[in-house]
Amino acid sequence: MLTAALTIIFHGLAFAMVLYIVSVGLGITMGLMNFANLAHGAFAAAGGYVVVVATKALGWPFWAALPAAFVVVALTGAVIERLVVRTLYGADELRQVLFSIALLFMAIAGFTLAFGPLQQQPEIPAALSGQIGAGGLEFPAYRSFVIVAGVLILGALWLLIGRTRMGMRIRAAVDNRNMAEAIGVDTKLLFTMTFALGTGIAGLGGGIGADVLSITPTYGQEYLVLFLIVVAVGGLGSIFGPFVAALCIGIVDVAGKYLIPEFGAFFIYGVVIAILLAKPAGLFGVRS
Amino acid sequence: MARTERVKSMSATYNAASGTGVSTPSTWRGLAMGRSGSDLVIASLLVLAGLATLLFGEPYWLLGAQVAITMIFALSVDLLVGFAGIVTLGHAVFFGLGAYTVGIASVHLGWTEPLSGLLLAGASAGLLGLGTGVLVLRTKGLGQLMLTMAFASLVYEIANRAKPVTGGADGLQGVIVAPIFGLFDFDIFGLTAFLYTLAVLGIVVLFAVLMTRSPYGRSLVGIRENRVRMQAIGTNVQQRLLSIYVVSAALAGVAGALLAQTSQFVGLNALHFGLSGEVLIIVALGGAGRLWGALLGAVVFSLFKDRLSALDPAYWYFWLGLLLAVIVLFAPKGLIGLVDRLMAALHPKEAQ
Repeated sequence: MLTAALTIIFHGLAFAMVLYIVSVGLGITMGLMNFANLAHGAFAAAGGYVVVVATKALGWPFWAALPAAFVVVALTGAVIERLVVRTLYGADELRQVLFSIALLFMAIAGFTLAFGPLQQQPEIPAALSGQIGAGGLEFPAYRSFVIVAGVLILGALWLLIGRTRMGMRIRAAVDNRNMAEAIGVDTKLLFTMTFALGTGIAGLGGGIGADVLSITPTYGQEYLVLFLIVVAVGGLGSIFGPFVAALCIGIVDVAGKYLIPEFGAFFIYGVVIAILLAKPAGLFGVRS
Repeated sequence: MARTERVKSMSATYNAASGTGVSTPSTWRGLAMGRSGSDLVIASLLVLAGLATLLFGEPYWLLGAQVAITMIFALSVDLLVGFAGIVTLGHAVFFGLGAYTVGIASVHLGWTEPLSGLLLAGASAGLLGLGTGVLVLRTKGLGQLMLTMAFASLVYEIANRAKPVTGGADGLQGVIVAPIFGLFDFDIFGLTAFLYTLAVLGIVVLFAVLMTRSPYGRSLVGIRENRVRMQAIGTNVQQRLLSIYVVSAALAGVAGALLAQTSQFVGLNALHFGLSGEVLIIVALGGAGRLWGALLGAVVFSLFKDRLSALDPAYWYFWLGLLLAVIVLFAPKGLIGLVDRLMAALHPKEAQ
């Protein structure tokens, strides 16, 4: 009984951390720029593919491939933001949704052509494969690493948003964009940097989480509902909200599938509908 | 701040999109069509294409029935998204429920009469629309998008798990449909299916045209443009939005029922998120907020899909994405916007 509970919590935590790492950037960009980016998952998939290519084809160590995923995806995000996303700020919701669906579809086609339709698995270092023991129980080492990585990223973002000048500007622009512009914040540059940061973290999440959410061309479409749920439940423009939301959803989902498998993903949607009806702006949302 | 920007951009699209400005329709043509004439041109072309397919396109009758079904579905979404301004990412739930209603009624209950099946499907989808609409319309923006998606995912999951009733991932096989009026059996060439879906499409289009031109329809556009003002002049905004949500859901249910009846099969695809996205794309492709735009979009999209997805699904996704990006960035008023421009170039006087 206790073992079952620990197993559920452990795997729920690992699942939650992957959801968090991938989704947190989406929440920040949506809160800051009001841009509904349904293609966010495609950036995470791109990060996953960078790690696969770096560790397998180029023979890079895993620890070098992860920063590479962040950098490559962040740069791609910055370019796309500068070229097209920028023109859609302030456009109506329908156009933003459609444009990001267009991006998503092209990404799916591109990934299929480049890597084929099958799942890709990155090379994982020997230190992270196998089990680690704790208090008479065995846990998969890689999933423990995922949990640690999620907490570290939450900490890093908390420092970045809460303690640096750039974070201060982001918070100011989320709260009141006009006022932030009036006192001299260069919101154009800020938007590009935030978009790059958000997509970069997603790319990192795609690479780290390849073991939990497998890397296939349709990654961005399959898990889109989950990422959006984390953001909507957590609240836009917050880094802590999505963390709590991911924890709830990760553990509820794993528990539901483990204890009552015949109900499948039923529980997640039920919980989400209940939370959104009680708090339409999400748990920690600045605004809906 | 964000609100003024939004209202400004939306009213700009509306004025340009409707082409009628503030003029009141005074003739029958004015009542049914926009003043620019684009609607009339598209309507004539669609009727001609339908007739030509009927007379000379025997191998395309089944495809024609599919296209007509897509047109009804697109129309239902356009009423909700284009006219009332409620963006939904889960409309397939109503389409799928309509399809499963007919399928389950036929397979498990032996209810095979097609016309009452359509009504039953419309009623059940409308009922689900009423239930979820009350909840969905309480939220706005991202929360609303998420709720529509969450409800759709929930029903998808139910259909996936309730294997004894729905057939699960294998789908519901062997849906039997009795002859229409007890006379016209569904034949192998699809002639009955084609004529039947065309007839239903005709009724739905007539209904939609009359509804959008009625004071009720105009009040929906008013709510989309300026909700606060409509409230101030005494419109019960929440009730109007709920009613159009139910109507749109019921029409989508009818479209789904037609699919089940003409293909004699119901699969989980009818409930899938991809379908919700696809129909939104169709509406944007044709031109949101214009009935004839949505209808044209449905035809163009279905034909493209039929041709391109036969080659390779990956290519199809690429071309679909590219087409969509081009439409969003360079032709936000959709295909009907291009027809408008063409008409204006041909008749410079009328455009003024």
